[in-house]
Amino acid sequence: MKDIIIKNGYVFDPLNAIDGEILDISMSKGKIVESVREKNAIVIDASGKIVMPGGVDVHSHIAGSKINIGRLMRPEDHRKDVVKKSSVTRSGVGYSCPSTFVTGYRYAEMGYTSVMEAAMPPIGARHVHEELNDTPIIDKAAFTLLGNNYFVMKYISDGDFDKLKAYMAWLLRATRGYAVKIVNPGGVQNWKWGRNVFGLDGKVEDYDITPRQIVTALAKANEELELPHTIHLHCNNLGMPGNYKTTVETMEVAKKIKPKTGRKTTIHVVHCQFNALAGDNWRNVKSGAHHVSKYVNANEHVTLDLGQLIFTNTTTMTGDGPWQFALWNMTGNKWVNSDVEMEAGAGVVPYEFKKNNPANTVQWGIGLELALLIKDPWKVYMTTDHPNGGPFTYYPKVMAWLMSRQARTDTMRELNKAVLKRTGLASNYREYTFNELAVATRAGTAQALGLKDKGHLGVGADADLAMYDLDPTEWRPSKYKELEKAFAKAAYTIKGGQVVVKNGEVKATPMGATHWVDAKIPEAIEADLMKDLERDFNQYYTVSLRNYQVEDEYLPVQKVHKAGGEWK
Amino acid sequence: MEQTDIVCPFCGCLCDDLEASVEDGHITGLKNACAVSRSKFLNHGKHRVESAFIDNEPVSIEDSVQAAIDILSHAKRPLIYGLSSTECGAISKAIEIAEVTGGIVDNTASVCHGPTILALQQVGESKASLGDIMNRADLVVFWGANPTAAHLRHITRYSVMPKGMYVEGRKGRKVIAVDVRKTGTARFADKFVQVEPNSDYELLQTLRAIVRGEELEATEVAGIKMEDIKALAAEMAKAKYGVVFFGLGLTQSEGRHMNIDAAVGLVAELNRKTKFVLTPMRGHYNVAGANTVATWQTGYPYAIDFSKGYPRYNPGEFTAVDLMASGEVDAAIIIGSDPGATFPADAAKHLTKIPVITLEQKITPTTMLSKIVIPVATAGVETEGTAYRMDGIALRLSKIVDPPEGVYSDEHILDMILRGLKEAAQ
Repeated sequence: MKDIIIKNGYVFDPLNAIDGEILDISMSKGKIVESVREKNAIVIDASGKIVMPGGVDVHSHIAGSKINIGRLMRPEDHRKDVVKKSSVTRSGVGYSCPSTFVTGYRYAEMGYTSVMEAAMPPIGARHVHEELNDTPIIDKAAFTLLGNNYFVMKYISDGDFDKLKAYMAWLLRATRGYAVKIVNPGGVQNWKWGRNVFGLDGKVEDYDITPRQIVTALAKANEELELPHTIHLHCNNLGMPGNYKTTVETMEVAKKIKPKTGRKTTIHVVHCQFNALAGDNWRNVKSGAHHVSKYVNANEHVTLDLGQLIFTNTTTMTGDGPWQFALWNMTGNKWVNSDVEMEAGAGVVPYEFKKNNPANTVQWGIGLELALLIKDPWKVYMTTDHPNGGPFTYYPKVMAWLMSRQARTDTMRELNKAVLKRTGLASNYREYTFNELAVATRAGTAQALGLKDKGHLGVGADADLAMYDLDPTEWRPSKYKELEKAFAKAAYTIKGGQVVVKNGEVKATPMGATHWVDAKIPEAIEADLMKDLERDFNQYYTVSLRNYQVEDEYLPVQKVHKAGGEWK
Repeated sequence: MEQTDIVCPFCGCLCDDLEASVEDGHITGLKNACAVSRSKFLNHGKHRVESAFIDNEPVSIEDSVQAAIDILSHAKRPLIYGLSSTECGAISKAIEIAEVTGGIVDNTASVCHGPTILALQQVGESKASLGDIMNRADLVVFWGANPTAAHLRHITRYSVMPKGMYVEGRKGRKVIAVDVRKTGTARFADKFVQVEPNSDYELLQTLRAIVRGEELEATEVAGIKMEDIKALAAEMAKAKYGVVFFGLGLTQSEGRHMNIDAAVGLVAELNRKTKFVLTPMRGHYNVAGANTVATWQTGYPYAIDFSKGYPRYNPGEFTAVDLMASGEVDAAIIIGSDPGATFPADAAKHLTKIPVITLEQKITPTTMLSKIVIPVATAGVETEGTAYRMDGIALRLSKIVDPPEGVYSDEHILDMILRGLKEAAQ
């Protein structure tokens, strides 16, 4: 692989405090280096163009049973977006549930080089990894679902915190997972009986515990194990007007947790737009973004991502079975529910966000309000919760809304007036800078994830880089369509020191790595844990303990992150 | 040598608790296997295809692969078919062969649970992994499915007999069989509901209407008295956790996908009262995997055409039986399936008119009508791989013994063909 120099670009590298300076970036053997010999290198002229680290998506649904149910149930979605094979790329389909190959290509085309699959049911881990292996170019990681897991609830109920910690570490290893994902803690367990939990102090059936206890225990264990990312939490009461209170309360729960050394945060709240609703019902729903952002502005232990809504026909899919059931009852659209023994569940319902639907316009406004009202860009990241709020291919549109008030106003003109009356968006004048955009889409996300070699262009970082054909010194917010165009198709995407996209077209399809966390467990505790696992797997699971654990064959390219912390 | 935790690659149950003794490269003992599994494991070495063949003449593997490449690269409309009895690596290669040749890839779902998938695309489904059912279900309905003949350990291992977390095995579950005749499963059930042939749709819709609280005027539907149907509906609604397992009696009788549509509708309606799920009884051990892999790679589960350079889906047009019956296909490669034995006569007849390449372990009606036969190893016995259980759980298949000398896996042979096709295209 030849060395590469990107010359004279306007570099936005917030983690290294570089804000639009004209710099050269050199790469060799997959890493950013101080300099290389120009004679032997590919020299790319970036003058008048933007250079950023490769994008890092903190929350997306790209692999595993849930997105594959979405693909399976939506041939009508595929028909409108077909992708031909080329000499280097496979064919497939796109839109809201893209095929795996197309997922990799399209992220890379936008200059994204790392993407997190946000919900992996443990027993479905092998399936997730099979799909990740068919997702080319990008680096990947998957977050293991723990918030409604039998062993988690049992150890909390028994008050056996060490076992809980050991189990979490073991499960991340067994599933080759990267982070602890919690979805509607306790609610999915109750859904196994057709019910929900409704808030932090609801009763989790069969265990006599509360969601508050689940969040507290998992957050504490997460920090004590010194996992690279905080807990990754989909709050209770998602999609229910008035739920901003639950969200703020949940953040407050995590405030009592001591963060691991080197970070201030203890919780990441996902797709917060769906959890920042005020009002009492879907007829009078209004923005609760100011309540949430007020809390986030006053506290240092929270990060969140948007789950920005896009006006389009998309496919909602979450590990929150009861919510998907409620959504089906509201819409009457087709509904798949998929419960997973002992540990999780999922639901999938197609949904069209409409410009003339008052509630949808309020939701659209809430996402952007969160991004604009939270002052510190390191606390709030851009996502659409692909494909829940909309497909990830709409990211350039979201960027335009963040960076241009005119883009927002032009959209608002087409919307039901509810967005003007029930959100504060119209009176918000903030516009993101390119530096802030780089934080929201790569530097901040990489930092929150603890991916130290990602999201920046300092020496030693992975040579993942995006170049966009836009002159930041000439650009004005009124030219937001040019921004959209430039960020939709990167001039260059470089992954692991290799040119993978040129002029928005995929040129090479190397296989990215799958990242996972190996947290150490003291031998004695692990031996004790294994006894429990053997016994309960024999009784309650339909696969054996040995067949449950993902083999290395499923991770042909892997990056292991060590953790574990000090055990007392 | 003893091996444990072996996944059985012979039906959609994928039981993963088999234990094998191996001596001198032969399986000499087997524990926990059902009768079908035992026979398949212990006889896997018998009646093998002993060499590659072209026109019934023995040839080397390399020559047979080259001949296959020649046929496929010159074909205008090749079909890649089968895939339900092989592992996912092979399925993946088969899909790429279809893409490279601009052909069609279809799997056996098109003749079994294809209608289940069509219904899912229309209305969805409420499902659960088998362990949730084992731990929770107090009402188990088998509808047009007979596991006592087709999925021998389903009842003992997953659905009825085992003690679950919240139910006490057989005693704790009520079992209902709905079928056109008194099957083994019906005899075993607590209640047998005999439905008139081809009237399942009417019965399902009637149950659904009753659960919704509609008043009905009919006094009898599908040969069953209204009061009995009402009693059945009441029983379903009062279950704490109910499940409907359905088989080809529902998908392949009159109404086909509309039967499943009605079943999904009934189960969805029941979820407004209690918890209810339904699960198809997938037959071939990895037909679910064939659908799963095809879906993540192309967006579609079966009946996929690549003639335009991108995947298109149209069951009824791009399904193997229809393509054969219409005579559209001019070459075929068959993997992990025996259409020569199972297809309707008119469709099977076309197979005798075109060059057929078959990858098989055993001599079958399909190998007998094939121009090229390539021997392959048995996945899950002689090679590793991945398979998806009927409920979508992916499991690792083990290699227990070596394949016969010079015999490769399906994936390996397909990869050889694929590489040859790519070279030929350049």
